[in-house]
Amino acid sequence: MSATTMREVFARVLRTGLADDPRIAAVIAEISRDVLPDHERVVNVGIREQAMVGVGAGLALTGLRPVIHSYAPFLVERPYEQLKLDLGHQDLGAVLVGIGGSYDDPGLGRTHQSPADVALIDTLPGWTVHVPGHPDEVEPLLTAALARDDRTYLRLSLRTNAAPLPVVEGFTEVRRGGAGVVIAVGPVLDTVLAAVAELDVTVLYATTVRPFDSAGLRRAVAHARPDVLLVEPYLEGASAHRVAAALADEPHRLRSLGVRRDEELRAYGTTDDHDSAHELDLVGVREAARRLFGRR
Amino acid sequence: MTTATEYAALPALITRMTGDEKHGWAAESTLDVLWVLYDRVLRVDPRHPDDPDRDRFLLSKGHGPMAYYAVLAAKGFLDPAELDGWAGWGSRLGLHPDGVLVPGVEIGSGSLGHGLLIAVGAAIGLRLRGRTRPAVHVLVGDAELDEGSNHEAIAVAARRGLDSLVTTVVDNSSGSLGWPGGVARRFEVEGWATAEVDGRDHDALHAAYTAPHPGRPLAVVAKVEAKR
Repeated sequence: MSATTMREVFARVLRTGLADDPRIAAVIAEISRDVLPDHERVVNVGIREQAMVGVGAGLALTGLRPVIHSYAPFLVERPYEQLKLDLGHQDLGAVLVGIGGSYDDPGLGRTHQSPADVALIDTLPGWTVHVPGHPDEVEPLLTAALARDDRTYLRLSLRTNAAPLPVVEGFTEVRRGGAGVVIAVGPVLDTVLAAVAELDVTVLYATTVRPFDSAGLRRAVAHARPDVLLVEPYLEGASAHRVAAALADEPHRLRSLGVRRDEELRAYGTTDDHDSAHELDLVGVREAARRLFGRR
Repeated sequence: MTTATEYAALPALITRMTGDEKHGWAAESTLDVLWVLYDRVLRVDPRHPDDPDRDRFLLSKGHGPMAYYAVLAAKGFLDPAELDGWAGWGSRLGLHPDGVLVPGVEIGSGSLGHGLLIAVGAAIGLRLRGRTRPAVHVLVGDAELDEGSNHEAIAVAARRGLDSLVTTVVDNSSGSLGWPGGVARRFEVEGWATAEVDGRDHDALHAAYTAPHPGRPLAVVAKVEAKR
């Protein structure tokens, strides 16, 4: 585990951005006010998440590059219509930085969980979505996002792989095999690699899921059976439609792993407990991989 | 100054959209407010609609935009001929305005309770950018104030002392539940400067918009007779 969290890297990179680039401003709703600098371009609107996004849009309207930050459910779910209208419909850019992930703090319960965040953002056109798997991957992703003008969602989590990988635009081929292709998004990579250690499969690693690297997936499938295991640390199947579109002219099988969507898991405990419940732990991913790639 | 002539031209412009030859145009609750703003208050120029030092006008109450389009046409932002095909396929003019499509229109609106927040952000943004000249105007309806997002905006704007922000509430008593003490009271208790005027009285509107309100945002409640 890294001594530095993704949120701490975010705060550091934002601090540098505020100092170096007069276009950059941040809007928060109390969350993280203790780790962000006291700066005139850090606007705290109090516990008002609709205001947070609407004000961010207004900042963008005047040519600023707003960074809008909160816990994922308050950033994406509560002000969803502000994301759709105040940013998307106005064709304004912003960098959304969410923390909390699907269940970073299971003891807090459902109110602080947002496994649907990526799926919700995915209902809106034109968004870039980054899911880093290690704190060291946050800086290059955030720095690039601050320099763009698009709508970006940067999904930070306490879950992390043991070591970072170089950040690239599309998928990174971590290993190659012939029996199929696994797509591991962000912090699930270590679990995926351990789960498929005995299998002859290609593993693709993604820190960016929108835009989706369709060409990278097609290249991988050209060297392997067109069977795909999609492992995402958020709502099950969130990227399944992108896999289907990428392989539309290729007979293929797809199995999606992620946070189950058939019922609300009303439980506390640890993140490991929740991984097990969603079959996102070593046992669950290994079993799914064996079933998908072990036959034929 | 061709003000009187241009104002007199508004009914014909609205008729191009509604086909209403009678006097229904006069019932448009926002007509006189929009006219006074564009004729006497806003520093905007149809030849330079993106001038960074222009005043901003954000129409938050996006439904019923006939008066808005008519004023934009009278002031040279739109070709009056474009009004004929409004809301049709290929027209840029919808039943709710789209800021990406229509010149001089700052935001797209329709869903209520969004414009005031964006206006607050724009006022903060202009201040951060060191642009002290532009004012940011936003127009909301009295029933639109039901949306809780507006109450977030009212509080944030006052707490930040956004004196470049002016909210016009066109009050035609369309809210079902109303506001104890009147609409202006909602703004006053948060620390806004307020003015309550006859929404058909051009001079009274102008006086309200030009009264100084240092350190505080301004809410102008324009009372208008409901319905036609």
